[in-house]
Amino acid sequence: MTLQAAIDRLKVRLGEAVSGPVEFRGETTLTVSPGKIVAACEFFKKECGFDMLTDLSGVDNYGEDPRYEVDYLLYSLAQRCHVRLKVRVSEEDMVVDSVTSVWRGADWHEREAFDMFGIRFRGHPNLKRILMWEGYPHHPLRKDFPLAGIPAELPESAVNADTVRSAPMLGGPFVASDGTRSSIRREPRQYDTLAERQEKLAHPTKKESV
Amino acid sequence: MTTKHEMELIDSAARAQQVMEEELAGEKMVINMGPQHPSTHGVLRVVLELDGEEIVNAWPDVGYLHRGDEKIAENMTYTQFIPYTDRLDYLAPLANNVTYAYAVEKLLGMDVPPRCKYIRVICAELARISSHLLGLGSFGMDVGAMTVFLYTFREREKIYDMAECISGARFTTSYTRIGGLAHDMPPEFVPMLRKFLKEFPATIDEVDKLLTRNRIFCERARGIGMLTKADAIDLGVTGPCLRGSGVDWDIRKAHPYSSYEDFEFEVPLGSVGDSYDRYLVRMEEMRQSVRILQQAIDNLPDGPVNSPDAKILLPDKEAVLTKMEELIHHFINVTEGINAPPGEVYFSAENPKGELGFYIVSKGGGTPHRLKIRSPSFVNLQALPIMAKGHMMSDMVTILASLDFVMGECDR
Repeated sequence: MTLQAAIDRLKVRLGEAVSGPVEFRGETTLTVSPGKIVAACEFFKKECGFDMLTDLSGVDNYGEDPRYEVDYLLYSLAQRCHVRLKVRVSEEDMVVDSVTSVWRGADWHEREAFDMFGIRFRGHPNLKRILMWEGYPHHPLRKDFPLAGIPAELPESAVNADTVRSAPMLGGPFVASDGTRSSIRREPRQYDTLAERQEKLAHPTKKESV
Repeated sequence: MTTKHEMELIDSAARAQQVMEEELAGEKMVINMGPQHPSTHGVLRVVLELDGEEIVNAWPDVGYLHRGDEKIAENMTYTQFIPYTDRLDYLAPLANNVTYAYAVEKLLGMDVPPRCKYIRVICAELARISSHLLGLGSFGMDVGAMTVFLYTFREREKIYDMAECISGARFTTSYTRIGGLAHDMPPEFVPMLRKFLKEFPATIDEVDKLLTRNRIFCERARGIGMLTKADAIDLGVTGPCLRGSGVDWDIRKAHPYSSYEDFEFEVPLGSVGDSYDRYLVRMEEMRQSVRILQQAIDNLPDGPVNSPDAKILLPDKEAVLTKMEELIHHFINVTEGINAPPGEVYFSAENPKGELGFYIVSKGGGTPHRLKIRSPSFVNLQALPIMAKGHMMSDMVTILASLDFVMGECDR
């Protein structure tokens, strides 16, 4: 079955829940409503031979509604083609059904999306943080999380540190390092602390002074 | 001042009895391996549940090397992120550079000149050899064959010398640019590579003789860490681990990029999917890489290495200092970055460890809105519990070595 035929059949089956496809640079993206993602994934896996979940990724579209999205990249080894499914998740109800029942490989990907964005996956067998430590209070890839970090407590077992400090900005990897006032001013990321980030997000149109 | 300690001395016979009863009751032990264990090749922690020597369960715990690369990427221009890709799979920095450059070029919808594609193939294959050499060397060392490590490191040294020749740095190469390369390869590079290609097969044969029919190695690797075809596909395992399980899938063949369609090479496959098969696949892949490299230098096209689009690559410094238009392009490229169209693309390439993919969401402008790195080590490590179950504690070392992961890429 070609990809187009599969999409047509999926649209018949799920009706309004599927929109698209959108083509960009030869890639096909379908948008699926949150409640129907497991059905769509099962359809692609069992009936169309998309046997691999290549990637699963969260995205934060700050300022849009719904704010978050989860992108699933499916791959068919037999037909050698990809299809991307996109689910939009609103900020109020940050829950998506887990696809671990379809591919076991979704396990760590979903944990990562939970860790980085705080999106919860209903039915996931072990939804814990994966890259950050248990008990870390933030979700770092959200757009309102500053690049400099937010001070946080480390768990008791960690040695030699009481808190995680913000990354040093001056002389840090994103900052021009000659130390003169003008070059710091030229570097907008120098100001990317929590207060600055909130200010920036509150007034997105305001041009940064160079 | 002296203090008096009171302690209870359990009579040893009674203690032995107690231990035996505990064992008979089947009490399991949970032990912690890593994150500073030498065989975990970095900072992987594995929590093992043992029944005697047998592994009942294994839980990999990743994240100790998380540096927030994806967050960093959202805060800089596309070109500025190239050095960070060196530090993903730090055993094959050249290959990461190449993959990242193609991903951004796909977003921009541009093509690079044929010479650039060939040089990128050379980079990717050199990185593959380098990474597999380390993988094999440390595999041998982990199961007790120390010599192999020394032989493979001697060859890696030559590859580092070549990396220095072509990019100026041995380790953190940052050789590609969006739309081309930092510079064409220097004239002394091709003779260097020719010499290497002449000498290197002898080393593969040497390693082959030392390991492939070595009784100790075979017994430690055969039948250990089985990964079936179905499990490998279900978990999304890629690279030599997938092909070791007998799935014929190599991105260089399935979706040829960087002019891989011009090259003749075979894709080796395993038959049962154990550690030994994965070892054999890597061995053969190095031989195939030598073939590819030979073809690449024999048929290397002439011409420019950089795309002529002035809105993407930095113009010549001399022109910047003397001409108005070039100065403007330079200024815009450095301060604002490349103006990418809005959209989302996923590009993946066959890296030494598996499928390295970059998923870029652009809202237009010089910085990505989201850059997700689909790292093969992260995905492949998920297979560890399945592979380890039922094996001895000492086989864990074999399984980890045959998975051949890198934590820099896994944790990002």
